[in-house]
Amino acid sequence: MALARTHVAGAVWLVLVVATGLSWWLGADHTGGLATIGVLAVAFFKVRLIGLHFMELRGAPTPLRAMFEGYVVLVPVALAVVYLVA
Amino acid sequence: MTAEAHPARRLPGEEGVWVFVLGDMAVFALFFGAIVYTRGQDPAVFAEAQSHLSRTLGALNTLLLVTSSLLVALGVRSADGRRAGHAPALFGGALACAVGFAAVKVTEYAHLISAGHVPADDDPTMYYFIFTGVHLLHVAIGIAVLAWVIRLARRPARTARDGALLECGTSFWHMVDLLWVVLFPLLYLMS
Repeated sequence: MALARTHVAGAVWLVLVVATGLSWWLGADHTGGLATIGVLAVAFFKVRLIGLHFMELRGAPTPLRAMFEGYVVLVPVALAVVYLVA
Repeated sequence: MTAEAHPARRLPGEEGVWVFVLGDMAVFALFFGAIVYTRGQDPAVFAEAQSHLSRTLGALNTLLLVTSSLLVALGVRSADGRRAGHAPALFGGALACAVGFAAVKVTEYAHLISAGHVPADDDPTMYYFIFTGVHLLHVAIGIAVLAWVIRLARRPARTARDGALLECGTSFWHMVDLLWVVLFPLLYLMS
């Protein structure tokens, strides 16, 4: 079981590294709007992975997990609104 | 085989650290909002200020912190048993990544300042220095926390309390990683 969790941690790391490369590439063209929304989405996708798998929130009491999940959805949405409206 | 099927929900560390972590994340959410808002005020100035930043160094810093989080996560699993195992070495590796991050950050600041770009220039530059500066403070605290975590992991007879404190420390470190994961795209990539 411990070995499986090590593999999960390693897989999460790999996804985080690839996601970082993806957003770096998305940001490279300065194509604005859609690319930035994409970059925001990737960022909070990474935040969620870190919280659920590294911080072990996946197995945490529901209220704590719910607050974290709420953050991971509400903050990027709010930022996207500010980005599109401001 | 049977006990693992439906493991009970478990709070890592202690309640207090989560109050702190969520609170800190909320404060940084305001920082994130300020960055996006200031871009909207004058996108041209924001783009110009951003052009002075090195996306490569920013991405490198992201990789350093993400790797440090992996090493910490592996260290926590390794520290599960009574024996220290690989935990001290894994946490040591994470600490090295943290020091690397700080070194890259200081280099970035030096480059910017020597090129004549200072916080007084414009709002985006000011926010860059302030928010990455506050984050760097978290990294510095995190380095001390990781050093303490290594000491805890090395104890020959760790108590349950030691384990909880260790998890508090590692949760704090993951938060430091998590905050940078958002700061990096907002400051370096947003256009």
